[in-house]
Amino acid sequence: MKAKVYVTLKPSVLDPQGKAIQHSVELLGFNAIADVRQGKYFEIELDDKLNEQSARESAERMAREVLSNPVIEDYRVEIE
Amino acid sequence: MKFGVIVFPGSNCDHDAYHVISKHVGQPVDFIWHRDTDLSSYDAVIIPGGFSYGDYLRAGALARFSPVMNSVKDFAARGRLVLGICNGFQILCEAGLLPGALIRNRDLHFICEHINIRVETTETAFTNRLRAGSVLSLPIAHAEGNYVCDDKTLEELQREDRIIFRYCDAGGETTGEANPNGSRDSIAGICNSARNVLGLMPHPERACEDLLGSADGSGVFSSLADTLAAQVSVY
Amino acid sequence: MNPEAITSEILSTHNLTEEEFARIKELLGREPGLTELGIFSVMWSEHCSYKSSRIHLKRLPTTGERVIVPPGENAGVVDVGDGWCAAFKVESHNHPSFIEPFQGAATGVGGILRDVFTMGARPLASMNSLRFGSLDQQQHGRRNRSLLAGVVAGLAHYGNAFGVPTIGGEVAFDDAYALNPLVNAFALGLVRRDQIFFGKATGVGNPVLYVGAKTGRDGIHGATMASAEFDEEAMEKRPTVQVGDPFLEKLLLEACLEAMRSGAVAGIQDMGAAGLTSSSCEMAARAGTGIELDLSLVPQRETGMTAYEMLLSESQERMLIVAHKGREREVIDIFRKWDLDAVVIGHVREGSNMVVVHNGETVADIPVAALTDEAPRYEREMKAGSAGGSSALSVRARTIERASTLAGEPPALPADAALDYNDFLLRLISSPNIASKEWVYCQYDHMVRTNTVVLPGADAAVVRIKETRRALAMCLDGNGRYCAANPREGAKLIVAEAARNVVCVGARPLAITNCLNFASPERPEVMWSFSEVIDGMAEACLAFNTPVVSGNVSFYNETEGRGILPTPVIGMVGLLEDVRRVIQHGFKRAGDHIALLGTTADDLSISEYAATIEGRTTDEMIQGGRVPVVDLERERAVQEATLRAAESGLLHSAHDCSDGGIAVALAECCFSSLNRSAIGAEVDLGGTIEIPARLFSESPSRIILSFDEAALGQIEEIAARANCPLTMLGRTGGNQLSIKVDDEEVINISVTELEAAWRTSLATKLRADVLVAGAE
Repeated sequence: MKAKVYVTLKPSVLDPQGKAIQHSVELLGFNAIADVRQGKYFEIELDDKLNEQSARESAERMAREVLSNPVIEDYRVEIE
Repeated sequence: MKFGVIVFPGSNCDHDAYHVISKHVGQPVDFIWHRDTDLSSYDAVIIPGGFSYGDYLRAGALARFSPVMNSVKDFAARGRLVLGICNGFQILCEAGLLPGALIRNRDLHFICEHINIRVETTETAFTNRLRAGSVLSLPIAHAEGNYVCDDKTLEELQREDRIIFRYCDAGGETTGEANPNGSRDSIAGICNSARNVLGLMPHPERACEDLLGSADGSGVFSSLADTLAAQVSVY
Repeated sequence: MNPEAITSEILSTHNLTEEEFARIKELLGREPGLTELGIFSVMWSEHCSYKSSRIHLKRLPTTGERVIVPPGENAGVVDVGDGWCAAFKVESHNHPSFIEPFQGAATGVGGILRDVFTMGARPLASMNSLRFGSLDQQQHGRRNRSLLAGVVAGLAHYGNAFGVPTIGGEVAFDDAYALNPLVNAFALGLVRRDQIFFGKATGVGNPVLYVGAKTGRDGIHGATMASAEFDEEAMEKRPTVQVGDPFLEKLLLEACLEAMRSGAVAGIQDMGAAGLTSSSCEMAARAGTGIELDLSLVPQRETGMTAYEMLLSESQERMLIVAHKGREREVIDIFRKWDLDAVVIGHVREGSNMVVVHNGETVADIPVAALTDEAPRYEREMKAGSAGGSSALSVRARTIERASTLAGEPPALPADAALDYNDFLLRLISSPNIASKEWVYCQYDHMVRTNTVVLPGADAAVVRIKETRRALAMCLDGNGRYCAANPREGAKLIVAEAARNVVCVGARPLAITNCLNFASPERPEVMWSFSEVIDGMAEACLAFNTPVVSGNVSFYNETEGRGILPTPVIGMVGLLEDVRRVIQHGFKRAGDHIALLGTTADDLSISEYAATIEGRTTDEMIQGGRVPVVDLERERAVQEATLRAAESGLLHSAHDCSDGGIAVALAECCFSSLNRSAIGAEVDLGGTIEIPARLFSESPSRIILSFDEAALGQIEEIAARANCPLTMLGRTGGNQLSIKVDDEEVINISVTELEAAWRTSLATKLRADVLVAGAE
């Protein structure tokens, strides 16, 4: 079983990397870009014996306590 | 009085802090390995700069799980003095001992240079030998020093006089240009509400000798030492 | 052993010739297996064997009273007094940095740091020498800018996280490097004289330990890649570039130094190019022993790795340690404390063979000498001629044609009266080769460890030795244009300039390390220039009593048939007996005397002036230009006079007069620096040569001094005793830089304006690309 965790900066926090990427892709001629936000993506291999509920719970905890900093970041967890 | 310098895997300003305490402050100092948990013999601990755990995930994020950090929390709760410099400031924020967070510099890359900061308050154990409003020339060396916090936290920091240092120009004015990393409200250093935990991005330990270009950092350490000396005499 | 037949395709993918293969069979007395062939291919690669350069390198002076460890070890070591020694080396990472600038440069830093701490030395400082194509060239400008941004970000990433100050070096631009940038990394460490470690597998029966990162498939055939030319296909070799982990390297440093202090370590060697193969057989070769490894015990990051892959992997941050028998547990425990793998994977054995076992099967059994001493040595064909960027035929035909019409012709500039020297100076000071490199070095932590006394941007960087009153000065210098036009004189000029730079901060030159960057050794003109460079370097090193203690040769710097200029880079290390006597180049006080040691000749034909103001291309300068003549006696006199004056505490400033000539050097002396405001100057340049040459000529052996009125008599006496020409130029003061020529003012410009142009030029050119690199 695999948990996928997406961590992104909160909408209220300025993202200098995202801004730079937006600037660069615009230079390359990609128009009509409203905004770019950069984030992190984690793949966590979980024990197959876990049921989806407990897999989700442990992935949520990891995301909350380690993978993200709640002061500046949000996270989202997917289980598959 | 006795100082401790905490060493995480990847700390690299640990020797610099140790050197300043032993040579310039002239007080006993130990390295404390991150797996040690007994801080009972220390009066002040320094969390030095560097790249603890490679700064992987986020700067300072993984260091907070080291065993010593629970002891640091207790140590701080008992009113002992904790000074976090650069990566140490990042760790203190990640550990929740200080509010806010430090994100990537406004111009994205690592910056190493001498900058100016203004002493905003002398009401801490780290600044009581300095003069409010005075300008210090200190080096910075970081890629993630851009201080962010929400409006409520900022308002609280301002109201409680907990912004200890702000980036400024040579004349002491806080301008956008003098702010090297984009920090909110030009914040270079803050303390907790009990005023015994200080975090700052500039490196006072790199500025304690004229030979190295500035001795302006020594005031932070002499404030610390004098505060501790006064406490010892009270005991 | 592997019975697979070795076809000529297999040989060519291993960069081995039919003759070399015949020699392998002769040395083994049988056919090699494929794994063995892999071992031979990396050990006999140019990168590991120095097969084309070895016969020439022997002509370099390598001994001296301060030399403790000459070339041949991981780094050279010199005595710096009070029982302390400096271990240092410079090494190229050109090919990997072109393929993947960030990781290529980063792992270059990692490799050179390991070379230094393998000797038992804690790294004290690092520097780098970088060469790129020009930043605003039409065809490749964008790529050049992003290469620069990527390389700098990679160097910063590794050095900063590791915690070694990156205190200087050089950054130069020339289109000859457009498709072949040069990234040379230097590191220096300190070690007690009685605690130096060597890469020797001593003591039969001693256990061999693998420590550090796990082995993966990364970097396989890196050494052979660095020994071949580049083409489009090579860009597809991208996956072979290794990824560096500075955090792990920092742990490795601390664990290695702790293990060395424990007394349990008999010998230690970095696993650099050709990884496990070269480290194990070089250790055995140095000790005259055999070595046996069991690959099944090697910590592996990937599954199903073959013996061939493990032996040739260039995964980073790994070391091989030979421990004293019975004390392996101590070593393992120390590494465990630092969360690192340490595993016994073999032992030192009787005899002189390298034996490798995998899954119970012997996959290699080769006499160590066959891989090291018996490696081929070529006396390659040499032919005098241009060995530079113009060696590409298509380019050459065109340039010769243009150069022939150029020779002797005066520059296509307006008549003398109309020349705007203020404008020339502004343009020179903002040209990327001369402009401030602040944008680059501000990304390096140059102050960590609190020893940096002279910050980057000076003639040489200075770090103190905390335990003593002494300090070390160091710099990196190269000049491909000079070496292309006249390799022997060019090499002398570079050594002279490096020594002068160190002298300008008040240090006595001690020794050098060199990084010899050249095109293909299979071209006779390249090999000739290499040989000439060696002879010129040898002559200069003898003159300055600065032996070569370490170095590296990088051949095959060619892309799409176009070679780089012959570019030897010199790393000079000097010693200051008293750190408080350090001198810097900035004028200190208004009203001081400004004087020049040495004399100015008309050396404009290969110069920044020729390139920037006259618009000459590199090929034109090389074909039509004349390299300045350096008189080594005169050079020594200039340096000796400067040192005497510095050691007597008479100088307020000293600055090497080089790129852009005296006008640029004077401007640099005027600019502000930390704790120092800008100061103007008023000078008069006498002499008989043309005005442009007086202002911008790049004659060697010149140093600009400033000092107090009261010191004048003593300085005149020192110069006279050293038999060194001393010319009074003028005085410091005011806000303008005013330069007269025979009483007529030709330059008058505000220092503030000049300084702004100098400081912002590079950043302005790079701004857009920086953002891209920074976002990575």
